[in-house]
Amino acid sequence: MNPWIISFLGGVLIGISATALLLFNGRIAGISGIVNGLWRGSGASEWAWRAAFVAGLIGGGATAMRVLGQDTPSPASTPMLIVAGLLVGFGTSLGKGCTSGHGVCGLGRLSKRSLIATLTFMAAAIVTVYVTRHVIGAAS
Amino acid sequence: MKRALAALVAGALFGVGLAIARMTDPTVVLGFLDIAGHFDPTLAFVMAGAVATTFVAFRVVLRRPNPLLATRFELPPVSPIDRALVVGAAIFGVGWGLAGYCPGPALIAAARGIGSALVFVPAMIAGSLIHRAVAARFAAVDPVALSTE
Repeated sequence: MNPWIISFLGGVLIGISATALLLFNGRIAGISGIVNGLWRGSGASEWAWRAAFVAGLIGGGATAMRVLGQDTPSPASTPMLIVAGLLVGFGTSLGKGCTSGHGVCGLGRLSKRSLIATLTFMAAAIVTVYVTRHVIGAAS
Repeated sequence: MKRALAALVAGALFGVGLAIARMTDPTVVLGFLDIAGHFDPTLAFVMAGAVATTFVAFRVVLRRPNPLLATRFELPPVSPIDRALVVGAAIFGVGWGLAGYCPGPALIAAARGIGSALVFVPAMIAGSLIHRAVAARFAAVDPVALSTE
């Protein structure tokens, strides 16, 4: 099968997952928000569904990676990975969402905030890759 | 208990979807973001599949008075487009472009034991905790300076 069709179907599966969480639990499947809520201390049942979602995410995802034979690391250096991680954690907490919450769920709900957030992080990421690969990368 | 089970299944579907879509491979993500280099459109197809699904299915689900296992839908409140949203998204985008990891795929790759993700994830958690600490501090002075949620 064409790899782009497979990617589209992977996206559909992500959409079905977000729909299931909304239908059963009434919640938005925003990964950064679900994870950050784990240490907000808002009661046992609140913690339980968040922990269960993350357990399913990493269990299902890591198993699928193993089956599909995926083991490609990020090309970024260790100091760069630390900086990148700090920025992703800080930014998703401040902007209240990441690719899943703003991108997949927010756009599906036609949220104006999520559209602005998605366009902003996409643009920032494209500029960052351009600078690291074609400005700094080309110079060295 | 039922809600945790539903969340577990939804989480597993999400994780499998991300891996099938190859979003767990940072080189694929960076290839999409590299519009001036060897552009890889994979991510656009993933977003199209996911958003097409939520666009249709959310509408159907939200016609119900309430979710199946909870008393009400807890949607983010309609709030203005503020500086925190735009600055936060921009900071996230820079980090995403540096490493090729957004939160979900990073957690999955770390669980798979990929070295780069094992470095990235603790830093990501530290970053969100730093924001919370900073926001709590600013909130004590000026409640609108930084959001705490």
